[in-house]
Amino acid sequence: MEKTVNHKAWFLVLPVLVLVAFSAVIPLMTVVNYSVQDTFGQNQFFWAGLEWFRETLESERMWDALGRQLVFSGIILAIEVPLGILVALSMPRKGAWASICLVLMALPLLIPWNVVGTIWQIFGREDIGLLGYTLNALGVDYNYTQGFFAAWTTVIVMDVWHWTSLVALLAYAGLQSIPNAYYQAARIDQASRWAVFRHIELPKMQGVLMIAVLLRFMDSFMIYTEPFVVTGGGPGNATTFLSIDLVKMALGQFDLGPAAAFSLMYFLVILLVSYVFYTVMVNMEKREGK
Amino acid sequence: MARITLEHLAHSYLPAPQSPEDYALKELNLDWEDGAAYALLGASGCGKSTLLNIISGLVHPSRGRILFDGVDMTAAPTAQRNIAQVFQFPVVYDTMTVRENLAFPLRNRGRDPAYIAERVQAVARMIGMEDQLGRKARGLTADAKQKISLGRGMVRREVNALLFDEPLTVIDPHMKWELRTQLKSLHHEFGHTMIYVTHDQTEALTFADKVVVMHDGRVVQVGTPQELFERPAHTFVGYFIGSPGMNLLPATIEGDRAYVNGTHVPLGGRYGALAGSTRIGVRPEFARLSRDEGLPVRISRIEDVGRHKILRATCFGTEINILASEGEAIPADAARVVFDPANVNVYADDWLVAPAQGSAA
Amino acid sequence: MALTLDGLSKVVNGRTHIHATDLTLDPGTMNVLLGPTLSGKTTLMRLMAGLDRPSTGRILWRGEDVTGKRVQDRRVAMVYQQFINYPSMTVYDNIASPLRLEGRSRDEIDRAVKKTADLMRLSPLLDRKPLELSGGQQQRCALARALVKDAGLVLLDEPLANLDYKLREELRAEIPRIFAESGAIFVYATTEPEEALLLGGNTATLWEGRITQFGPAPKVYRQPADAITARVYSDPPMNFLRISKTGGRLMFGDGQWVEAKGALAALSDGRYTAGFRPNHVEIERHSADAMVFHTGLAVFEITGSETFIHLDHHGERWVGVIHGIRDLQIGAALPVYLDPSHVYIFGEDGALVAPAAYALAA
Repeated sequence: MEKTVNHKAWFLVLPVLVLVAFSAVIPLMTVVNYSVQDTFGQNQFFWAGLEWFRETLESERMWDALGRQLVFSGIILAIEVPLGILVALSMPRKGAWASICLVLMALPLLIPWNVVGTIWQIFGREDIGLLGYTLNALGVDYNYTQGFFAAWTTVIVMDVWHWTSLVALLAYAGLQSIPNAYYQAARIDQASRWAVFRHIELPKMQGVLMIAVLLRFMDSFMIYTEPFVVTGGGPGNATTFLSIDLVKMALGQFDLGPAAAFSLMYFLVILLVSYVFYTVMVNMEKREGK
Repeated sequence: MARITLEHLAHSYLPAPQSPEDYALKELNLDWEDGAAYALLGASGCGKSTLLNIISGLVHPSRGRILFDGVDMTAAPTAQRNIAQVFQFPVVYDTMTVRENLAFPLRNRGRDPAYIAERVQAVARMIGMEDQLGRKARGLTADAKQKISLGRGMVRREVNALLFDEPLTVIDPHMKWELRTQLKSLHHEFGHTMIYVTHDQTEALTFADKVVVMHDGRVVQVGTPQELFERPAHTFVGYFIGSPGMNLLPATIEGDRAYVNGTHVPLGGRYGALAGSTRIGVRPEFARLSRDEGLPVRISRIEDVGRHKILRATCFGTEINILASEGEAIPADAARVVFDPANVNVYADDWLVAPAQGSAA
Repeated sequence: MALTLDGLSKVVNGRTHIHATDLTLDPGTMNVLLGPTLSGKTTLMRLMAGLDRPSTGRILWRGEDVTGKRVQDRRVAMVYQQFINYPSMTVYDNIASPLRLEGRSRDEIDRAVKKTADLMRLSPLLDRKPLELSGGQQQRCALARALVKDAGLVLLDEPLANLDYKLREELRAEIPRIFAESGAIFVYATTEPEEALLLGGNTATLWEGRITQFGPAPKVYRQPADAITARVYSDPPMNFLRISKTGGRLMFGDGQWVEAKGALAALSDGRYTAGFRPNHVEIERHSADAMVFHTGLAVFEITGSETFIHLDHHGERWVGVIHGIRDLQIGAALPVYLDPSHVYIFGEDGALVAPAAYALAA
């Protein structure tokens, strides 16, 4: 709808624009600057054109990391979304227990990333960690610094532990918005539990679930701290995801040019995926509103 | 179809109700005849929705029993009661087509596909949605969705009763007419027991054979629209039904006469001695202006409502309304009001008193 | 002092919501916008308030062009269908809020709030919070807030639509009284003809973004300019019947005809539409001139003092409102009577060519 023009409003937005400029636009431009130049130290830069982009696209190492990244994001989405829904469905709808559940669910979300990593790093150690020690005592060969499978399992379980709550809370909010009349009508129609889920709960949760998937995808795609603290990207390169690889390149090897090109492409991939998600979501809402 | 009986039914939302005020629904006994159309009428918060939900089994009463054809159903779950309910906000399954929506209650009960197809077709014809069976329910208008919820109820041939909880709330005014008449003709044609909850007297009176008027958790009168209009059992019914409501004037009653501030008003019957505070109640429809007889009034405002006029007046300090027909001239020197004696009702402590002798009907 | 709309229109994404409208509202008048949902009532009000910018045209307020002026800078108050109050404030603070924004003195505010609360019968409730009140009281509070700031233009957008029937009736009777004491221009949107008549003042009938007629309520009701206005201003809806004029006679079908007298005599021969209100349909002959139509009774409904009859006349649906309570037979043939003096004649384009004779007398 058309509104009366009010020029004063722009002044109110200005502080945000300045903030965004410093926090996002300027650093991004620095990265763009690095990505098209080469340097031999002492702040001497040479024009390199798209050389770094070409090199990155041809590097097997980047494709391997991207592959691992996609597999990781796929797995955690496949676990966290259904699990989150299941948790939300089994949470009480009202009363004191509802509040208690909400607080408990929110707890993992409040722990800083590196602390989560440290918790699991210790928890999984075979000498002093409760999990690692118990598993080994039971005869399971579990060591996340040695075994490929153990490392992946640890990283995935850790992420599920940390983030399923988010999906659950969002799904729970979706469930709460369903009017009671729907459930009553379903009882009258003698609908099965599955039919209630399939035809009432799931369609009403669709919107928030899309947000949950988008958030979890972006977050997991950028995951760094937790696996870095636990496995450091190992064993070998087994859990070296994109951002870990990026940091190794930029800070470990100090290849600023390739690292900058890499991070720009990384940024573009996330932007693209988010855009696709957003479009799909808006279209769905339009269809709903029709 | 079934006869529904409520025995000593009462309900409180509190776990341990003490005083009568704790009850959302005070004790009541009611019989709902098989195949009749009922309306439950009352202001919001009067307990009418609670009563409806007890019948459908969505709420279990604190006390009393509910019987379907003499069988105790008090503890039976909703699905076993075989009732259908249409809610205030249309409930349809968005992801399904209109056809799937209508078929849903039968599919859940495992009926065979041929029978389902036949019933769906028949119901679609009843609600006038045959040509929309294939489309998704999402995006339909509110009245179309409400028709689908009605159809989902009627698709089960053996349904005991159809319950409506203010079903026209979100419907456009011009569609209300259409839906209401459609409902009425469906009832006439198929004879389902219907219970319709509303706060709108026009909806209640036009829909129902019998109207149950509720006030403050209590049933104050059960009657035909005519009875409610002519002989309101309680002053609340007089006020609530009719627009404007019934005029009430404090009066003393002596035999077949009432005295309002010393001026006499003839009554339709002879009354015995009455205790408590007595008043006479007269509908605006049964009052007319006069030059020389009746009670003195002062007209403060004349409202032209099209097919009639509402005269707002004061009579001994009490505000009263008088209806005049469209073409009727209002004489400038009319300063008195006359009531039709047969339609003057007498109330003692707000409850209707029947005349001891002679009829008031 | 008046509010003038001068060629005001509103087009959104190529769709015309309001066609070019000229309208002058005088101070101290009640003006009802009557029309079905989506006929443009709310859009027109938002334009009047300055919440939206018109696509063309100007708005003059006391002779001054205020078209581009912000809503905050105009003396406008608005009440909506939803009861909009500040939930955390008491009724007193709610009513006082517009005055505090204007920076009035404490004494002045106190006096204005108490006076308005008195008018709206809220005085005993001043210390309560809105959510502790009934729907009717909440809407009274919203109305009080609109009235207290002494706005020159008060816009009411279906303010009673969300209230219980009886509360609606009470407030409806009170609004003209409140309005009489104010002196502002009131604009009141409603979908119900009866409400428009009860509120009195002027009625503007709206249909598909166009004001079809504007004038004193009883006049628009009894002398509608065209068939659309007649339909909008009739509840239950007006009944229509195709007729023709040949020679000196109006042919109503079924062998019924009426001598074309008075204004009707001057009409050229051809096709016309007859319109008559449901309350003029009778099931007993009351006058010698009455025409009789043979219909079938589809449904009838009793409202207490009246009976609604839904009739089938050669496949067309008619509605009648009959005095008193009748026990009728659904599906049976029912002859109905219609006095020619209650019939409006519309041309093929829908314009009124002859008003009903009774309407001229009334």
